[in-house]
Amino acid sequence: MPVANVGDLAPPGQGTGQGTGQGISPSAITVNAVTKRFRVGNDAITALEEVSLDVRRGEFVAIVGPSGCGKSTLLKILTGLFAPSAGDTRIGGTVTTGPRRDIGVVFQSPLLFPWRTVLENVMLPADVQKLNRATHLTRAKELLDLVGLTDFKDRYPKELSGGMQQRVAIARALLHQPAILLMDEPFGALDAMTRERMNVELQRLWRIHNTSILFITHSIPEAVFLASRVVVMTPRPGRVAEILDINLPAKRPLELMNSPEFGAYVARIRSHFGSVGVID
Amino acid sequence: MSDKPPIHTSLKTLSISILLFVLLIGLWEFAVRYLQVPAFIVPAPSSMFRALYQGIASGLYVEHVGVTLIEILAGFAIGSSLGLLLGVGIATNRYMAYFLYPYVVVFQSLPKVAIAPLIVLWFGLGITSKIVAGALICFFAVMVNTIAGLRAVEQDRVDLIRSLGGSDFQVFWMLRLPSAMPFIMAGLEIALTFAMIGVIVAEFLGAERGLGMLMQSMNFSMDVAGSFSILVVLAALGLVLNRIIIFARHRLIYWEQPAGARGSEPPDTH
Ligand SMILES: Nc1ncnc2c1ncn2[C@@H]1O[C@H](COP(=O)(O)OP(=O)(O)OP(=O)(O)O)[C@@H](O)[C@H]1O
Ligand SMILES: [Mg+2]
Repeated sequence: MPVANVGDLAPPGQGTGQGTGQGISPSAITVNAVTKRFRVGNDAITALEEVSLDVRRGEFVAIVGPSGCGKSTLLKILTGLFAPSAGDTRIGGTVTTGPRRDIGVVFQSPLLFPWRTVLENVMLPADVQKLNRATHLTRAKELLDLVGLTDFKDRYPKELSGGMQQRVAIARALLHQPAILLMDEPFGALDAMTRERMNVELQRLWRIHNTSILFITHSIPEAVFLASRVVVMTPRPGRVAEILDINLPAKRPLELMNSPEFGAYVARIRSHFGSVGVID
Repeated sequence: MSDKPPIHTSLKTLSISILLFVLLIGLWEFAVRYLQVPAFIVPAPSSMFRALYQGIASGLYVEHVGVTLIEILAGFAIGSSLGLLLGVGIATNRYMAYFLYPYVVVFQSLPKVAIAPLIVLWFGLGITSKIVAGALICFFAVMVNTIAGLRAVEQDRVDLIRSLGGSDFQVFWMLRLPSAMPFIMAGLEIALTFAMIGVIVAEFLGAERGLGMLMQSMNFSMDVAGSFSILVVLAALGLVLNRIIIFARHRLIYWEQPAGARGSEPPDTH
């Protein structure tokens, strides 16, 4: 078990959000009645309709929903890459108006830069944000240690397996001490065995760091295994069908997946999609 | 890429290569002598090598190689730089793309050697017309590859940098340009060959000095062995220049060896 001393990943200097309207509830992410329409030719398609949810500080929230229900769109709105058609989103109480520097994103594919070594890839946020090199180099090495890739720090991405590459992507997303971590189907491209191992590792990482995570997935068991709450979305236009509390212990071994409680949660979520015949 | 192991240069393979070469030359020599092919159609290799030796020993070729080499390098440098700059402009600026791209498409479909006579007419018999011809002909290869390379970037990678608060310039500098390097280097490799074609064709059409002009005058005096010896010199020149580009490519694109699709690197040698 690697020793974690990577420092606290809580948002720096984050007291009470100004003008939250949420009282003093320590929300890391607030999505407030967000609607998103895309104009395609003369038609407008509604990707998201009146979606509201929140992620509390240090909470792990998973979103499940069928393909095309607007999950990635919601994530892009949260990063500030897209503006919502209506509604707003807040990170730590501040309304998002454009890209911010305190968000870590992990995409479905690792998106490593082939001309950078593993260590240099983890350093990308520091390079983009022109952060202090020396301190972040130390931090990058600690993060690589945490994801078990210290021996590979000077290798190039093509020498790594898919699972290893995705671990590099997670280390990269954590480098600049983001207030929140957004993950868009980060393990979707991995085989089932690697995926389970990554789930265990992510859970450990989250327990150590206590980061606020919004995690998008197609896999209902994955959502139940990782999250403290699961947001279930409807097919297009994406709406929130249900938000389910997962009352399982914080530390979850893989065997938990075989337990009846676990099965009950999975069945409950699956019932939303029964008629649609989607996912998993 | 094949899974077969590369053929390593060993004493055995080297001697087979040399043997094959000697055999081919011998066959050629034999055929010319035995079939009594007239020397003004195909010369015997022996007379070709004699012409080559005399040309080099007398210092005649050296002078002309120098001129042609300078023309090729200058044409290549100017054409590639312009191609790179315009490629970057068109790929990153919507207005440049909108207004300039139609011309690019038209020029691309034009056989560029067809412009060579005009260039010689406009720029004269000196070195300038050769450089202009070389530059014009190689320019497009670099520009088109640069545009394709800069555009072939996954949107998710752009989003990654943007989500960290990165600027357009950072997206270009940290992502687009390195992503485009394999394309650009492939363009440069083609461009070098094109520059050579442009220069030689322009020299054929009218020049005071240079290998193309020398070859042309040998043709007029039916010195076919001489012409062949110049072909040998040109092949050697092209080979050396190509090796330099490939070396530069390996240095610049250290993270990947393009799977032989575009380059002219011989297979199975390492
Ligand atoms: N830039 C865009 N322009 C137009 N339509 C878009 C754009 N981005 C997404 N859409 C549309 O919005 C809808 C939601 O897309 P989104 O990628 O958010 O779905 P998703 O839930 O992430 O799906 P998946 O699970 O397959 O990744 C889709 O119908 C898609 O076609
Ligand atoms: Mg998606």
